[in-house]
Amino acid sequence: MTTHSQQQRREAMPGSSLQDSLVALSGVTKTFGAVRALAGVDLSVGPGECIGLVGHNGAGKSTLMQILAGTLRPTDGRYDLGGETVALSDVSVSKAQGVGIRCVFQELSLCPNLTATENVRVRHAALSGFGWRKRAAKLLTEALDDIFPGHGISPGATVGDLSLGRRQMVEIAINFIATESSHPRLVILDEPTSSLDQSVASQLLAYARRFVEAGGSIILISHILGDIFSTAGRIVVMRDGAVVADRPASEFDRASLVAAMGHVAEDDEDEALAHAAKARIGEPVVIARPPKQANGAAVSLHRGEIVGLAGLAGHGQTALLRLVQHAAYHRSRLAEVRGRIAFVAGDRQSDGVFPLWSIGENVTIRSLPALSRLGFVSSAREAAMEAEWKDTLKIRTPDMDDNILTLSGGNQQKALFARALGSDAEIIAMDDPMRGVDVGTKREVYERIRKEAGEGRSFLWYTTEFDELLHCDHVYVFREGRIVAELDRGELTEEKVLQSSFDEAAA
Amino acid sequence: MTSRLAKFQSIWQSAPYAFAFIGAMVIFAITLIANQGSGAGQIVSAALAFGSFYALVGIGQMFVITSGPGNIDLSVPANIALSGAVAMSIMGGSDAMIPLGLLAALGCGAAIGCVNYALISVLRIPPIIATLSSSFVVQSLAIVYGRGLRITPPPFLAEIATGRVAGIPILSVLVIALAGVMALVLHRSIYGRFLKAIGQNMNAASLAGIRVGLVRFGTYVLCAIFAALCGVLLAAFSGGASLNMGEEYLLASIAVVVIGGTSVAGGFSNVSGIWGAALFLYLLVTMMNTLGVGTGLRQILTGLIIVAVITLAGSRRGVRE
Repeated sequence: MTTHSQQQRREAMPGSSLQDSLVALSGVTKTFGAVRALAGVDLSVGPGECIGLVGHNGAGKSTLMQILAGTLRPTDGRYDLGGETVALSDVSVSKAQGVGIRCVFQELSLCPNLTATENVRVRHAALSGFGWRKRAAKLLTEALDDIFPGHGISPGATVGDLSLGRRQMVEIAINFIATESSHPRLVILDEPTSSLDQSVASQLLAYARRFVEAGGSIILISHILGDIFSTAGRIVVMRDGAVVADRPASEFDRASLVAAMGHVAEDDEDEALAHAAKARIGEPVVIARPPKQANGAAVSLHRGEIVGLAGLAGHGQTALLRLVQHAAYHRSRLAEVRGRIAFVAGDRQSDGVFPLWSIGENVTIRSLPALSRLGFVSSAREAAMEAEWKDTLKIRTPDMDDNILTLSGGNQQKALFARALGSDAEIIAMDDPMRGVDVGTKREVYERIRKEAGEGRSFLWYTTEFDELLHCDHVYVFREGRIVAELDRGELTEEKVLQSSFDEAAA
Repeated sequence: MTSRLAKFQSIWQSAPYAFAFIGAMVIFAITLIANQGSGAGQIVSAALAFGSFYALVGIGQMFVITSGPGNIDLSVPANIALSGAVAMSIMGGSDAMIPLGLLAALGCGAAIGCVNYALISVLRIPPIIATLSSSFVVQSLAIVYGRGLRITPPPFLAEIATGRVAGIPILSVLVIALAGVMALVLHRSIYGRFLKAIGQNMNAASLAGIRVGLVRFGTYVLCAIFAALCGVLLAAFSGGASLNMGEEYLLASIAVVVIGGTSVAGGFSNVSGIWGAALFLYLLVTMMNTLGVGTGLRQILTGLIIVAVITLAGSRRGVRE
């Protein structure tokens, strides 16, 4: 099976020697129809290694991880598990799990109608027989306590009732559980921190470091480069379905890493961000009061403003955005909205994507009235809009008529951005929309948001990343469903935001 | 075996309506063989006429089912009974009263649709229970209103419902044209797009600015109007309204939707499959009659066929590899 050149390539691979590698891929390719997702990738993971995997949306990171975890079969190449070559047709999840490879996927894979404990049972078949519920709950609580001290999650809670962040915490904990028959030896974390707020994310990264010190292995995929630098010992950079760099983390710095990903580092970013706080004049286009707010405080948004909603994840920011969205179409006693609104979802699966439709149909749905005559959609005008936004946001697809689910997570997110930005809305509500979006795309979108705000569009932006608040003119910090602080651009510091987010907990 | 199943499913995905037509042709062929080749023209003509009624209720039901899981209208049979009775009594056998009678019947249908959606939306009753309970009320009204009613339809309406030109039922031509219009509405209109969006993900549809309540409301009214139209034509076809003439259209309306390739999970449907399935359903009964199958066995087989179609179509959602 193995060709001569592959043999050579394997010998030249950096990192641990092949004999003691947990899993090793060489020359692996994967094609989906006409799309080549992986073009010959070599990667080996040894025990006690933490690998940071970075690259743009659609670079092939998730595909590579799915192959490692056995959920996808490579089209070609060589796949070694625990030093033994596995025939490509035999690659399977159970084989990978047999050697202790676990994977926390970007799209949450818990069953929402089951409790957290029952989800543990789904993942760990060994928990059978009398009293499994008790044992599963114990294992889960232990894992959660270990990774996220002070998590406050009850193992009997139905997953669907948990916030996105807590669901992610349960999913992560389940993958670190060791049972009699299966121990986690390599855990793949695909964008694990994107739906966690900062304090929880740092708990996870600290745990990952402890896990690696104890001899376990981690592959960490993240668009937050700080996470990569603080945690990974080795960094693998992917671009266009190939590994373009694979070196110890100490050999990279922020600029060289971004450059390796194929992006020129911009140093004028700070200058662009340093715009002075604008005076808030005139009638606001949105006034919204959180339902739990006891005092008279309310979020207000003026024309051409970017207003940020900050605080820990799940403290009422999304609820406020939904309230505003609802108030644009119905009467509401809590919110007043003057103008048309569009919504950019953060939780793609439940709030954004229409899974049976093409990318194009997903983009145009918000703009159909503008693309129609006498109630019927004009194909020509619809196609024109699709082509325009494919270019504008560089959606990576051969054809806008392909199903939306053929796109990687970040590119699906671009389609949702296109849906809102391409519409006639004067107000855009964004629900932490940059989850799983790569650095390059983020910059383009930030720039676009600033430009459109300059032209009079207004943005209401909930984000869990502090850096994104720097783009806002005005920031409201939320805690337990209430506005607890209001900061102008001039007085905005990370410390102030964190302080307000934690006030009571810290006291 | 697996690959054959995969191939079957890939055909289903690209042309979900094909199987209804193929099935109809196969059954037609079997019937002809059993009949030693005689009566082909008659069978086709009858299939078109009876299929028209199936298609009418099926199109309405399809729009409702497209609006998402759990959406269904079970008030179709009662609606047919009441609308048929209202139309016949207002027309009173006079051609001049046809427009008024038709308008009254369709208005009656629209009112039933409004009540259905009010129960679903205002009282938050699941559609299956809401439409079933409203159908009891409607059926009771029909009984009170239609007691002893034996009025023959106006001659012009009867001619439209039963007349044939060159062996082709006039009614079927009208219903095929109507199906064409509704296909356009489903696939090219804003309303159709919104409906399919709601059927896939109601939450996302609402956040994309779609007035979900309004679209669903319109859909239940549309379905009820189609059932009412079916009631009027059925009364004209059978020489007067009868209280139980809608009975068989409950299962039929759902069966043609499912056999026609519409996803029971919502968001994906097509109109041409409705016609294929309507012909299929009628020809199936004809075939079993020809082969001398008894009523009991006939109904068992019809049920089994519907189950088989849903099972085969079940994996349609697996779009991604």
